[in-house]
Amino acid sequence: MMLAHLIDIFLLVFLAVISVALLRIKDLLTAVMIFGIYSLTSASLFMVLAAADVAFTEAAVGAGISIILMLATLAITGREEKIVERKFKLLPLIIVSITGATLLYGIRDLPPFGVASNPAQVHVAPRYIEQSAVETDIPNIVTSVLASYRGFDTLGEVVVIFTAGIGVALLIGRRRRLLTAKEASRHE
Amino acid sequence: MIAAAALAILVAMSLAIVRALLGPTIYDRILAINLFGTKTVMLITLIAAMAGRADYLDIALVYAMINFIGMIAVLKFFEYGSLGHAGSDGQED
Repeated sequence: MMLAHLIDIFLLVFLAVISVALLRIKDLLTAVMIFGIYSLTSASLFMVLAAADVAFTEAAVGAGISIILMLATLAITGREEKIVERKFKLLPLIIVSITGATLLYGIRDLPPFGVASNPAQVHVAPRYIEQSAVETDIPNIVTSVLASYRGFDTLGEVVVIFTAGIGVALLIGRRRRLLTAKEASRHE
Repeated sequence: MIAAAALAILVAMSLAIVRALLGPTIYDRILAINLFGTKTVMLITLIAAMAGRADYLDIALVYAMINFIGMIAVLKFFEYGSLGHAGSDGQED
């Protein structure tokens, strides 16, 4: 248990250091690469919490595709951050402090971590574990929850992802088509 | 034994972060981030050993691949200034 705590402390310190550093970095290519480190660190934290699927997604999206998307954006927009005038602003500081204090206050009411009598463990989970094989005929419990019990939810997610995919395809595909059109006219 | 290995990996990770943040040239940062990805793979392998779950090793494999893909993207960007353009003669490069 001691060792798990040690890993937790290291990884959380990494996250804090990287976050502060990211705020101060002006070179956007460096920022993108350090985002990759941030993502790998938080994915490791999810692994420590035994949330393998979340860690999987975090690594694939955070360290994989979003880095590539950001690099593709940098290729179009340029590498340097626009210089903004730095001055002390009171209102954002107050808002952030209040939000942080509220979150810290809210932590007190959270159920203890990983206890079997937590609401998350006693609400619908026993039904899924005991009845899902009978009710849905799907051997994998997670799949039965995603595809059957929360089918509409999953349908909504698929619609959102599909819409996002169309948007990205329109944005990225357009440039290529314009280029080929230009080249076609040159060849004529 | 596992504690010593975990400590060594965590220290190596911190050193890689220091190099990634300080690194004067872009190559230092690329190397540091590649090293950090490798150390993440090792840390996950270690967590798999600690938890006694062999299926975590698959995730370590996926991480190794993601690390590789990200590194290729960064290097390609650095070499060409873009992630590949529309092929000049209709062929992808």
